[in-house]
Amino acid sequence: MSEITSRPIWGKLDPADQASAHLVCAEGHGIEAVVAAFAGRDGLLSRATVVHVAPVGAARPAGLGGAAYHRHPSRATALTAFRAHLARAKMGTQVHLAGSEAFLDEASAVAVACGIVGDGLTTELSGPATRRVQCVHCKGMMDEVAVTPFACSHCGINLTVRDHYSRRLGAFMGVCADAEAPGVLPAASRF
Amino acid sequence: MSATRYTVRVTEAEAVTPHVRRLRLEPADGAALPPASAGAHTVVTLEANGRTLRNSYSLTAPSLAGGAYEIAVLRSPTSRGGSRFVHERLREGDTLSVSAPVNLFPLHRLARHHVLVAGGIGITPIAAMAEELSRLGASYELHYAVRSEAAGAFCRDLEARHASRMRLYSSERQERLRVREIVPHQPLGSHLYVCGPQRMIDAVFADARAAGWPEANLHAERFEAPAGGDPFAVRLARSGKSTTVGEHESLLEAIERIGVEAPYLCRGGACGECICDVIEADGELDHRDHFLSPEERRAGDKIMICMSRLKGRELVLDL
Repeated sequence: MSEITSRPIWGKLDPADQASAHLVCAEGHGIEAVVAAFAGRDGLLSRATVVHVAPVGAARPAGLGGAAYHRHPSRATALTAFRAHLARAKMGTQVHLAGSEAFLDEASAVAVACGIVGDGLTTELSGPATRRVQCVHCKGMMDEVAVTPFACSHCGINLTVRDHYSRRLGAFMGVCADAEAPGVLPAASRF
Repeated sequence: MSATRYTVRVTEAEAVTPHVRRLRLEPADGAALPPASAGAHTVVTLEANGRTLRNSYSLTAPSLAGGAYEIAVLRSPTSRGGSRFVHERLREGDTLSVSAPVNLFPLHRLARHHVLVAGGIGITPIAAMAEELSRLGASYELHYAVRSEAAGAFCRDLEARHASRMRLYSSERQERLRVREIVPHQPLGSHLYVCGPQRMIDAVFADARAAGWPEANLHAERFEAPAGGDPFAVRLARSGKSTTVGEHESLLEAIERIGVEAPYLCRGGACGECICDVIEADGELDHRDHFLSPEERRAGDKIMICMSRLKGRELVLDL
């Protein structure tokens, strides 16, 4: 584990009893973490709104009690809906995010930009620890990066993925890996 | 950080109420002062009655260009000499030494809305925040509780500046600030800032927590001047010096008096910078800060020297 403090540490979903409402945004299997965190807490579910990235026609997941449930087939559409819910929500609402690293990166940037920080936001990673990376050279953004170094899919430069993380962008920093000796790359490693 | 000092001249000294004096401080030598964001304070060195006092005062206006600092000083009935000196002795044209500004009470820049709450002289950092938010075009509201309009500093100026964004509560007119009615309707992503007496801070936080506000969105400034107490001896193990901490003197002031540099930032028990290891204490540590946790207090091996004292004969510190 690196010493770089900007690297996000995803935790466990932890809905607070005293919150006046709960706003959840989950992607794919992330919904299982939501169901587990709210299990046996029907009172909290009755004042919860769940935005879920899941295919059209998928069944409503069991275990969400009286929560308002909204399904969207893509992350982009779900995040648009999440933003609209954030805009309407009042203080006292606690926000919960569950899904892949790239999803958490993007969704938490939306929440942070809205002033939601610390114990106002709980997160849980489900699935592989792939990263969302921005190439610092061409500013291209790439999801689901599993290996470092890798070639930027925009400009082709070989990038080392650093642990430096931008909360504003919700992305890790990708920096040219072979500037000194073009073509000489460190051994690849997976996240 | 404690070491950088700037010499400033008092260019305006005005009684804004019978008990509050506003000072405008400009660099004495023409060199620019460091810029200060809203919520920052400066530590002012006062030579009062042959004693050196260093008091923290919030800057009442942001000074992003670094041109001048403004502070407002309440005459304290329990003054150890600092506020009395500012009110009775200090004149326009006098020079003072001030520290670089430190901000332990910053605005959360990404907040969607800012709720500012001030009680009495607690208006000083809050006024700077309101001014900065107004200039930024940010969304904010200002709640200011005073004993009476005559006793509250800057009431008229603030009302003129912040108009419909401000509410003034005067206990003389039986108006009460009811935070319970304010907190539930704020948009998600709001941050609340309160500065005032400790019981006001506690009450405001209790109402916000009851409405489900997370801790991360609650901010308070809890500066207090060190209260005196019975004298006791202090020995500094590393520097090999000793002295007696006087009745009206803080431990930090006594240590500075004998020429030992101790770290500090707020001098009000809030920031934790002056934490010091206790080597020996032949009495009970009288913790008066807002930094140490109950467990740390019980452990008895750390002390915040800007506020806390010993109820006993001698304290030995790792300094």
